[in-house]
Amino acid sequence: MAPRPWLLLLSVFAIATCGLVYELIAGTLASYLLGDSVTQFSTIIGVYLFAMGVGSWLSRFVTGNLIRTFIRVEFLIALLGGCSAALLFLVFGWTISFRIPLYSLVFLIGCFVGLEIPLLLRIMEGRFAFKDLVSNVFSFDYIGALLASLLFPLVLVPHLGLVRSAFLFGLINASVGLLALHLLRGEFNGARRLWFTGLSVTGVLLFGLLKGDVITGWGELAAFADPVIYAESTPYQRIVLTRQKDDLRLFLNSNLQFSSRDEYRYHEALVHPGLSRLPQAKKVLILGGGDGLAAREVLRYPRIEGITLCDLDPAMTKLFASAPMLTAQNAGALSSPRLHIENADAFTWLGEARGPFDFVIIDFPDPSNFSLGKLYTTTFYQRLLKCMSPEAALVVQSTSPYVARQSFWCVDATLRACGLVTEPYHAMVPSFGEWGFVLASKQSLSGPAVLPPDLRFVTEEVLAQFPKFPPDMSRVETEINRLNNQALVRYFEDEWAK
Amino acid sequence: MNRRRFLAASAVAPALITGSCTRDQTVSGRIVGGGHAIGHRLRTLGALPKPTHTIKADVVVVGGGVAGLAAARKLKQLGVEKVVVLELEEKAGGTSLSESNAINAYPWGAHYVPLPGKDCHEVLEFFGEIGLIKGHDAAGRPIYDEMSLCHDPQERLFIHGEWHEGISPTAGLDANGREQFKRFADEIEKWRVKQVFSLPVDRSRRDPEALELDTLTMAAWLNQKGFNAEALLWQVDYSCRDDFGGGIHEVSAWAGLHYFASRTGEAANAEHETVLTWEEGNGWLVGHLKAIDAEIRAQHLVMRMEAVESGGVEVDAFDCEHEEMNRFQARAAICALPRFVAQRIIPGLTPIPGLEYAPWVVANLTLDELPPSPGFHPAWDNVVYRGPSLGYVNANHQTLRSRPIETVITHYEALCEAPPAKSREWMLTQTHAQWTERVLGAFSAPHPDLREHVQQMDIWLWGHGMIRPRPGFLWGKERELMQAHRPPIFFAHTDMSGMALFEEAYTRGVQAALALKAAL
Repeated sequence: MAPRPWLLLLSVFAIATCGLVYELIAGTLASYLLGDSVTQFSTIIGVYLFAMGVGSWLSRFVTGNLIRTFIRVEFLIALLGGCSAALLFLVFGWTISFRIPLYSLVFLIGCFVGLEIPLLLRIMEGRFAFKDLVSNVFSFDYIGALLASLLFPLVLVPHLGLVRSAFLFGLINASVGLLALHLLRGEFNGARRLWFTGLSVTGVLLFGLLKGDVITGWGELAAFADPVIYAESTPYQRIVLTRQKDDLRLFLNSNLQFSSRDEYRYHEALVHPGLSRLPQAKKVLILGGGDGLAAREVLRYPRIEGITLCDLDPAMTKLFASAPMLTAQNAGALSSPRLHIENADAFTWLGEARGPFDFVIIDFPDPSNFSLGKLYTTTFYQRLLKCMSPEAALVVQSTSPYVARQSFWCVDATLRACGLVTEPYHAMVPSFGEWGFVLASKQSLSGPAVLPPDLRFVTEEVLAQFPKFPPDMSRVETEINRLNNQALVRYFEDEWAK
Repeated sequence: MNRRRFLAASAVAPALITGSCTRDQTVSGRIVGGGHAIGHRLRTLGALPKPTHTIKADVVVVGGGVAGLAAARKLKQLGVEKVVVLELEEKAGGTSLSESNAINAYPWGAHYVPLPGKDCHEVLEFFGEIGLIKGHDAAGRPIYDEMSLCHDPQERLFIHGEWHEGISPTAGLDANGREQFKRFADEIEKWRVKQVFSLPVDRSRRDPEALELDTLTMAAWLNQKGFNAEALLWQVDYSCRDDFGGGIHEVSAWAGLHYFASRTGEAANAEHETVLTWEEGNGWLVGHLKAIDAEIRAQHLVMRMEAVESGGVEVDAFDCEHEEMNRFQARAAICALPRFVAQRIIPGLTPIPGLEYAPWVVANLTLDELPPSPGFHPAWDNVVYRGPSLGYVNANHQTLRSRPIETVITHYEALCEAPPAKSREWMLTQTHAQWTERVLGAFSAPHPDLREHVQQMDIWLWGHGMIRPRPGFLWGKERELMQAHRPPIFFAHTDMSGMALFEEAYTRGVQAALALKAAL
């Protein structure tokens, strides 16, 4: 049959555009999910170009019917590239090492894209003069690249989003395959199977294009309202940071830990009601609080000689000790010479003689499962009391007394069951709502509060309001939380499920 | 994403990465517990080798299970100077044996004790001595060390395709089923109020109506009372297999009702159904029993124990480690062996006919993680409804690590389908691979992917795991015959109680020690 040069060159143009789009999608997705766009783009482009080189080199081993192979490669690229964004989104929430599927996929797509041009050149060889062929193919290749690089930021991302853009360009790849199949139908056998493959791939991609929103909804990112700027899975938890303008948020296992807009309210309320009334306190223990924000508040007291911060996850403390954006939040507290970090499991760590500490801040995640529930039991507090000096006090972040009233008062009842005098109080933290804390000590705290300067939330007047509970949050009778009843976890599950 | 979805999602991830390449892996591990093999030499060995060493002691305790260790400990407390305990296995502990690996300590047998009632005063005293009971509240109820009380959640049952909290299969019952559970609870309450059943067994009241129960099987009693709801029958059968190594068709109705009506223990700081348990099961209690300066000689196969005319006892034991015969000479001895062994090594001891021992299989599975499964959270005891297994116990349930991932789970099965002798023969023909399939099969409904998480599976075969209280045994002649001591040889074993429970073993040990001391 007569070659139709403009159609073949249009194909070159189309596949060049698609190839670059996949690369841009992978780069954007990686920057979006892993942060640090320079590194992400640089490594993605590197891997992709290298893989294209590998693909070009591999093309020499393609013998037999080139057209059939070319069409197969088109369908493969259509499927892999078209689904790439959706796959990566879905995999993101589920793997500890996101980079393995990311680079594998980029490498595979790159390889197949690398095969395309050499194969096309060989197919068109003899149909055009060599100098025209090379000139045309590469011109259209580069023009396609320009089109992709303009389309991507201006049209695709704002209007279609990453997932559906990928599906759309997968469809273009599939169309090139189907077109070649139609135009060159006389030149090879087995066209029927290829039609079947091509149409199936097209079906899958069409479905993806139409239902792209549903697919992204399955992924983890749907859980976050703001752009994710950092995410890491550690053996203990999944750390995600999001940022929208000046609002930086930390999520652990999808639970909000702080919002930079109002975290000072939470941390001032956590630390100062207790510490400001302990004029003798020199040694402080912080359990949890790997973000260093509670430590920042403690360091406001010059009399504090040493802080021990015990957080399970070294990835947390390392992150909050080194990333400039985060050390700006905690004022470099984790690098203070007065602070010492222990990456250990609090319960077992307290099993050995520690301290004695004069003030203990317990800033664990909410008691949302039986493992965490153990850290709020009588046994835990009794262990902790052995590490505290006689005049010491402790404070526990105790979830919301408004949302989870029984949970809050259960923490209070548990501390009292350990023979402690408690002072429950609450504060308003807009991103959390009404939040509760329980201050507890072996002897009741009598001294006046001497607050450090420059606080933004806690003042003497505000302190006076903290212990006042309106009727909808006032004390209810609850069970005592023990290892053998996990009463708190049961209250908590009940109350937060409502 | 809420927590459940997150967990479900993280379950998919490893499968995505590893694909199906782990499918054909065989599970590594071995069949452990050589004691039964050595024990069989007792029957096959011809002429006894001549003793090469003679060792003198005040008291020799033969058998290092809970009864033997409790006796030895009591004797030391009573001021007996030299006490030697002879144990067949590498470690003392009997069916409360335990072990540990890099991840966890785990039990090879008995793994919990219900809160003891007031009649178990020896046991309560022991718990006080080792600090397990820390004091008493105003009402006189013991305050237990909370690390030893089973952490919540205690039990879950896999039924209707998902886990439910608790062991009662009451989810989705029809009206008839609910009525039967209610009526059964009323029956139990009736017996509880009468205060007939007690632990230790011999402190039960000889109530004529109750003694009648010992003449029929639990199944016959249930039938008589019109109980036929499948879920109820299963739960009663499960409980009997769990405590007595025999189902409702094997054990007597007295034993079956005893299980439900005898537990009257209380605690100041726990519900009365709470059990005491530890990572290593009752091995924790064994550790405390062993913390005495009695000399424990392991790998000693006792061939003969006999009173000598000049007074005192001679015990000949083959030291399997050094392959030599030792002769122990003592003023008195305690035989803390199962009766079927005792009557082979004590000349003239009346053979008791019809002793029935339940064969048990215990498997310890080291897992890279306990794979998630639909429904309620992992508990300490995890039972599959109508499964052959009595369930698995999660060893790290009692640990305080806040995020344990790797763990060891212990599977228990009492073999009830065939007569015990047949089951024992069959047990010995099974290979490690066959046991593996049996154990994995028992949990295939909740954990179809368990195989991919098993790093090691070891199997312990207890040929004569525990005495089984078949009808007529508890209140018949046989048990009565076994009670008699033959000074200078005294007896302590749960065979004498007809129930292989810690409380029985411990009390028997203490009682034998007291009787011996009085006779010395």
